[in-house]
Amino acid sequence: MSVIFECRKLTKQFGTVTALNNVDLTLETGRIVGLLGPNGSGKTTLLKLANGLLKPTSGEILINGIKPGPVTKSFVSYLPDANYLMDWMKVSTLVEFFRDFYRDFDAQRAFDLLADLGVPADAPLKTLSKGNKEKVQLILAMSRRAYVYFLDEPIGGVDPAARDYILGTILRNYSENALVLISTHLIADVERVLDEAVLLNSGMVMDHRPVDDIRETHGMSVDEYFREVFRCSVNY
Amino acid sequence: MAWKLDGTRSIHSQLTAVIRGRIISGYYPPGSRLASVRELAEEAGVNPNTMQRALAELESTGVIFSQRTSGRFVTADLSVIKSLRLEEAERSVRTFVDEMRGLGLSAEEAEEMVRNYVESTGKEPAGSAGESGQAMSACESEVDV
Repeated sequence: MSVIFECRKLTKQFGTVTALNNVDLTLETGRIVGLLGPNGSGKTTLLKLANGLLKPTSGEILINGIKPGPVTKSFVSYLPDANYLMDWMKVSTLVEFFRDFYRDFDAQRAFDLLADLGVPADAPLKTLSKGNKEKVQLILAMSRRAYVYFLDEPIGGVDPAARDYILGTILRNYSENALVLISTHLIADVERVLDEAVLLNSGMVMDHRPVDDIRETHGMSVDEYFREVFRCSVNY
Repeated sequence: MAWKLDGTRSIHSQLTAVIRGRIISGYYPPGSRLASVRELAEEAGVNPNTMQRALAELESTGVIFSQRTSGRFVTADLSVIKSLRLEEAERSVRTFVDEMRGLGLSAEEAEEMVRNYVESTGKEPAGSAGESGQAMSACESEVDV
């Protein structure tokens, strides 16, 4: 276990809006971590900063000691929350495309996963359903032998059976040398695969603990805990 | 015994409960080799570190033991498995008695219901016949409170 992800006093402002506020966060290899928080709490902003799509307003973010950039992209696999693939391309062409782009990409693995999830490899992406498009993006992200996986809502759009399969894939892919950071609202589905949960609220880390700590201390699942904690901040 | 996990307790303690149950029932026979942490974690759909923790806990109580090179094994010591079985039976009895009390049944009524049920289903249910008989006698003595 060694530190592979570090935020130091990380702040991101969009005009007058503070999306992330002075975040200190350290994550180690060999962990599967949940990035949890209500809508607008800063989850996607944090992942965009980690992947160099945004620049910090102040503070810094380091992946294996390096600022996000071309070097980190060689060992970081990122599943963004938006569709970013060219949809006229065939799924199989996308696989080839990824193989050309990333040295750590395992095309055979991608084709195996596509077959298991029933996604047609010879179809153009635009002919696929929303759920199947999401599966393609996730499969491409998971088919890299990366050291860090940033998965932004990987299971939001797919059916429950596919969710189980995808979580199983994340488990099978587990490596002591890798970090998996999953941002999601579907806490009940993911909590059993997580080591730790990071709870974000209004751009701040309000809790960062092992999942079993939360369950033991509060006598409830992380999902129930989340519902309870965030119920208080709602004003009807 | 399936890997059913609920939200009331920590995941690792629920995993140890399932594995203990599997050892008691003989699904994992005495002295047998357990699958690797990774395989077990995948089967249960849980984080490998959580499974590791569950196994370490079972190891510390002597229910399983590890051999550096060849993996983890269920204890071959039948007395350990027997005491595990009795512990589990006691837990069931406690739950049963608490529920009967909650329903307002007297000890005699509960006892009679147990006896009738056992008779109606046959004295020695399939599976570990002799051992369940043991559990039953523990049950009867506990109901008497």
